[in-house]
Amino acid sequence: MTRWLAFFRPGDILLILFAFFCVAASFPLFWRSGAGERAVIRVDGEIFREVSLDRATTVVVQGALGETIIEIEKGRARVASDPGLRQYCVRQGWLKSAGAIAICAPNRVSLSIVGRREVYDSLNY
Amino acid sequence: MTRSTIDPETPVDPAPVPPSASVEIIVTPHDRRIARLAAAAVGLSIIDAAIPMPLPGIKPGLANIITLLALAHYGWGVAAWVSLLRVFAAALVLGQFLAPGFFLSLAGTVASLMVLGIVYHLPRRWFGLVSWSLCASFAHIAGQILLARLWLVPHDGIFRLLPIFALAALLFGILNGLVAASIHAGMKDKPASPQASGGL
Repeated sequence: MTRWLAFFRPGDILLILFAFFCVAASFPLFWRSGAGERAVIRVDGEIFREVSLDRATTVVVQGALGETIIEIEKGRARVASDPGLRQYCVRQGWLKSAGAIAICAPNRVSLSIVGRREVYDSLNY
Repeated sequence: MTRSTIDPETPVDPAPVPPSASVEIIVTPHDRRIARLAAAAVGLSIIDAAIPMPLPGIKPGLANIITLLALAHYGWGVAAWVSLLRVFAAALVLGQFLAPGFFLSLAGTVASLMVLGIVYHLPRRWFGLVSWSLCASFAHIAGQILLARLWLVPHDGIFRLLPIFALAALLFGILNGLVAASIHAGMKDKPASPQASGGL
């Protein structure tokens, strides 16, 4: 072990430490991009409202069947209630990551989360 | 007189040679040295390819030990020849020539050679082969991922792989640098002789 240590020059050690910190910093930097920033609420495919995920609010949307209630909290959003029969969008629960979407098809309301950058959408692509 | 066609430093003599005349290729010691180093590097590349890795695109890059030694002993020109020859020859041997992996490897090698050309001039007392190796391995993934972003996967999603590649570059950069430094230290005692068959 000490034999191997002899091959390190002072600059090598500094460079390794610097590289180590860069690598450690790169993990949150490049993996955080999935966090959502805004919730986009659509009715009939048209954007109804765009809400920031910074603070908690409730948005009531009038759809084809009735009212869909969308609940926004810090960093997440969900469909709290919907008049649709099967309640798929409600049962999806909280949406957090960019690109996530809950669609209340009977009421023609959708809730999607977008991040800072557009996320690659393999379904639409 | 016909000069060696594989000698990189001297241009091929433009004097016309009659087609019937036998062409004599004069191989200089410099050529032999490059060929010998490149052969060793190709061998290490093949070993590299045989080592199973969890992710495609991550390799130990053992052949870069040879590049580092060539740089330390003979300078940047020889190192560049050795590592570029290695990329082409190893790709031919492994059946990867002109496949995407070949271009990624070429991009990484060119990037790391450019960085090595810079760090080569750092004071040796402070920065040893480990520093060179580390800089070269980071330049290698940078070149690779840049080409992949521009050409193979034109989407920013590829940068999500960057932390993993960077971690691999850190580990293998240090390891290869240590191995190269240890070989280099062992060879410093004996002067490098181009004729010696056992040496570099």
